[in-house]
Amino acid sequence: MTEILSVRNLSKTYPAQGKTLSVLNDINFEIQQGSTVSIVGPSGSGKTTLLGLCAGLDRASSGSVVLNGIKLDELNEDERARVRNQHVGFIFQNFQLLPTLTALENVMVPLELRGERNVKASALTLLEKVGLAARGHHYPSQLSGGEQQRVSLARAFSNSPKILFADEPTGNLDTETGQKVEKLLFELNRDAGTTLILVTHDLELASKTNRIIRLKGGAILNDSL
Amino acid sequence: MENKPLNISWLFLMAWRDSRKNKARLFLFISSMILGIAALVAIYGIGDNLTKDIDRQAATLIGADLDVRTNKSPDSAARKFTDSLRKQADAYSEEQSFPSMILFMKGGGTRLVQIRALSGNFPFYGDIETTPKSAAKTFRDKHDVLVDKTLMLQYQANVGDSVQIGKVNFRIAGILNQAPGQTGFSSTIAPSVFMPLRYLKATNLAQKGSRINYNFYYKLKPQTDVDAMVTRLTPAFERHDLDQDTIKSKKESTGRSFSDVTKFLSLVGFIALLLGCIGVASAVHIYVKEKMQSIAILRCMGLSSKQAFLIFLIQITIIGFIGAVAGAALGSIIQQVLPIVFKDFLPLELQVTISWKAIGQGILLGVIISILFSLLPLISIRKVSPLNTIRVSDHTESTSKDPWRWFVYLLIFGFITCFARLQLEGWRQTLVFSISLVIGFIVLYGVAAASVWLIRKFFPSSWSYIWRQGLSNLYRPNNQTTILVLSIGLGTTFICTLFFVQSILMDRITLSTSENQPNMVIFDIQSKQRAAITELTKSEGLPLIQEVPIVTMRLQEINGVNAMENKNDSIRKYSNRAYNRELRVTFRDSLTSSERLIEGKWQGQAQDTAHISLEQGYAKSAHLSIGDRLVFNVQGVMVPAIVGSIREVDWNRVQTNFRLVFPKGVIDDAPQFHVLVTRVPNAAASAAFQQKVVSTYPNVSIIDLALILNVLDEILNKIGFVIRFMASFSIITGLIVLISSVLISKYQRMQESVLLRTIGASSLQVFMITALEYFFLGSIAAFTGIVLALIGNWGLAKFSFEVPFSPDWLTVVSIFFSISLLTTLIGVLNSRSALNRPPLEILRKNA
Repeated sequence: MTEILSVRNLSKTYPAQGKTLSVLNDINFEIQQGSTVSIVGPSGSGKTTLLGLCAGLDRASSGSVVLNGIKLDELNEDERARVRNQHVGFIFQNFQLLPTLTALENVMVPLELRGERNVKASALTLLEKVGLAARGHHYPSQLSGGEQQRVSLARAFSNSPKILFADEPTGNLDTETGQKVEKLLFELNRDAGTTLILVTHDLELASKTNRIIRLKGGAILNDSL
Repeated sequence: MENKPLNISWLFLMAWRDSRKNKARLFLFISSMILGIAALVAIYGIGDNLTKDIDRQAATLIGADLDVRTNKSPDSAARKFTDSLRKQADAYSEEQSFPSMILFMKGGGTRLVQIRALSGNFPFYGDIETTPKSAAKTFRDKHDVLVDKTLMLQYQANVGDSVQIGKVNFRIAGILNQAPGQTGFSSTIAPSVFMPLRYLKATNLAQKGSRINYNFYYKLKPQTDVDAMVTRLTPAFERHDLDQDTIKSKKESTGRSFSDVTKFLSLVGFIALLLGCIGVASAVHIYVKEKMQSIAILRCMGLSSKQAFLIFLIQITIIGFIGAVAGAALGSIIQQVLPIVFKDFLPLELQVTISWKAIGQGILLGVIISILFSLLPLISIRKVSPLNTIRVSDHTESTSKDPWRWFVYLLIFGFITCFARLQLEGWRQTLVFSISLVIGFIVLYGVAAASVWLIRKFFPSSWSYIWRQGLSNLYRPNNQTTILVLSIGLGTTFICTLFFVQSILMDRITLSTSENQPNMVIFDIQSKQRAAITELTKSEGLPLIQEVPIVTMRLQEINGVNAMENKNDSIRKYSNRAYNRELRVTFRDSLTSSERLIEGKWQGQAQDTAHISLEQGYAKSAHLSIGDRLVFNVQGVMVPAIVGSIREVDWNRVQTNFRLVFPKGVIDDAPQFHVLVTRVPNAAASAAFQQKVVSTYPNVSIIDLALILNVLDEILNKIGFVIRFMASFSIITGLIVLISSVLISKYQRMQESVLLRTIGASSLQVFMITALEYFFLGSIAAFTGIVLALIGNWGLAKFSFEVPFSPDWLTVVSIFFSISLLTTLIGVLNSRSALNRPPLEILRKNA
């Protein structure tokens, strides 16, 4: 298997009240293409910060992140945006659908951003896969939480990403709906052969991935690899 | 990594998609600039109509092809010249006009009017409009006159009544409604009375030294090139001291006057537009803030900062265009009513037609300005971090150090300056306007910021909860304090300034009404009438405050240089006007109480050559100084003089003041008339005295202070109406900004209100908090606006009008409460849905 993500000596600090607050400290790991990985840890352990750095949403204070062979720390924000559009998919705890776009349009956007045309059919296919083809013209405010997260799943897979980052994907859902979404997430991931990186508190969900990285106080406590 | 091309059509698609659910809110953004655009389109439109109508009706403005005029009695050579022009004319008319008293026989009312004694069939183009219509023709052949409609109304006179002009009685043949080139405004200042020229001599009003204007009107043969003829004859006109107007020159001068007026009004409208644009900027700022999360999501999915910026720029541009079109449409409707507003200032009948040029200008301006003012909040989009999707408000960089921000400020200032330059004469005026505007905005902004700071610093913690909550709303996040203080404050400044200037002008005049100050000037008294009128004044128990002889003369030479030599001299030393103007001069042996010697030595009694005294303003404008040798033409006799002293004169009094004063013993025997200054105790005494004077000495004219006050009041009301009309655009814009600000922040307020109600606040308590917040906002804005106006007008009163500034505090207090309560009312009305709806409904909606 080839390496899709490589994190080397990664640190992240923030200035706080005249001092420096260290959120991540000397993180190192590699992730192989097609694997599923969970990042777990207590609140404040740096999970979300790590996810943001790995996905190119933020710049590290030191160290490097190489995603699909591209050194993210050498890119500016717009170049990283192109990387995200080409290679990355996202699923968020609070769904993060664009409220002014319909469900179908939300799924179409990543493809349209690539400059692709006639993307409606493939977006509809994805909505069908998540069981929401009939709700394509509904706005997010007209959908339930579970439905919104399913649209979010369809959107995340719409640009056929190499790697998918999911931040507490079931954190805002009830148990039953959460389980349905989990099932769908792993199915889609398997079908597409995408690398999945999950950030979660939910150890049961984490146990469904190939590998678990435990964080504590900004450092790796344990890596199940 | 491949570099994707910018897909413009997709950006448009996204802009449209995003706007679908925000149409109402986007419309609110541009609503505040609609009125500003409307004001400008209406003014531009009316300006365009005026230009066309002046072109079309130019001939009726002057009434003839050529108007030759002079303000001194034409000598035989000049007469010969004007007569020679008749040979080239199909028709000819002559007019002699001058101010004189008129006595209404029924009721005995007297009034200073402009007598226009006319021969021939003037006007040759257009009409003298009268009631009955036929009177305009018939009065010329009979012993009749036409009397201005304002006079007819004032003295309740009817057609057929008699008036006395000079020593002659005339029948009123008709009411004068309109004469060529005359406006409602001019008839307020000097109402006209037309009479046949052939009876002028009989009135005995045209005496030597009388201030008569002579006009010779020609209707030239059709093939005549009038302007070429005038150019050819210019040396002759100059030789005979004659001025002239042609249709073309009249068209140009009228066009120029109205162009100046419309440019001034455009600037007033532009201020309303700028206010609206600040409203746009503020609304877009809040809109962009709310869009941060969506932008962050799109950034996560790979949208570049440039693309994110462009999506919202496209949205604002399109909505700005729609707003500009709406403003232009409204402006075209307002344009239809403007002739009613301007009716007193228009010398011609205005045909209102839709001006596509004005509409085009308005739309272009609207689009440019909506983009310019949206750029400030829009550039912050470039800094939205995708990290906001996982951590709200984590990483949006501050734009205060963004060089683009300063570039946008520069663009805005550049745009304002360029716009102002198009309306104003020179760069100096333009920069003064632009910088004053910027200073005004900075002061208002500073006061708003300082108010917020002071409220936080000295927060009245002991107040009850409702008052504290209402007050603290002024500085909470997303507050509208600054924008509302700016817009409502500036509107208040406008309104107050209007009232203050009116009161300063009135005060300046009424100063003279105080005890023992003169309030009546009787002039044009002939030497032989002097003793009798003095006696009459005394017999009426009125004081003789001043009695002054006046000699008319012209300046012939300055230090040996005459008018022609001065004109032909390439390095002109003296003002040409100094030679041309007729001077009214007195002679006496001492200074009066309104004069102060500032240079040289006063000479009361002439020795060899008279040492005369000049008023400092006159000396400056004529470029004269101590020791200059002058020669005056005193009605044919050359009188040499030396500038002996310079005086400062307080013109702010009802009494005679002079630019030139001769010592005694030089012109004492020259042909002269006299002025008598007195004080009448009341209106009844004034009317009775005037009637006695005019019925016995009809050539004598009287200026009554009460009349001046009335005329001034009327003029100020007319000008004030136009300014109030234009200022109302700013006020209403301020209110629209208020309404849109309230509506835009309604969602946030609704949540707060609902939370308050959920935890037990009554509707009344929530209502009181809202009402208090808007009352505080309105009062800070009104207070700031009033203080600005007070400071500005104090400066105006002290340095320009030189009178003590005493504002009418009752008006000030009324304006303060009106603006504050109106703001409260609008704020509460627009927040009522948050007060009326059940909390559960909104909580569910939010969930």
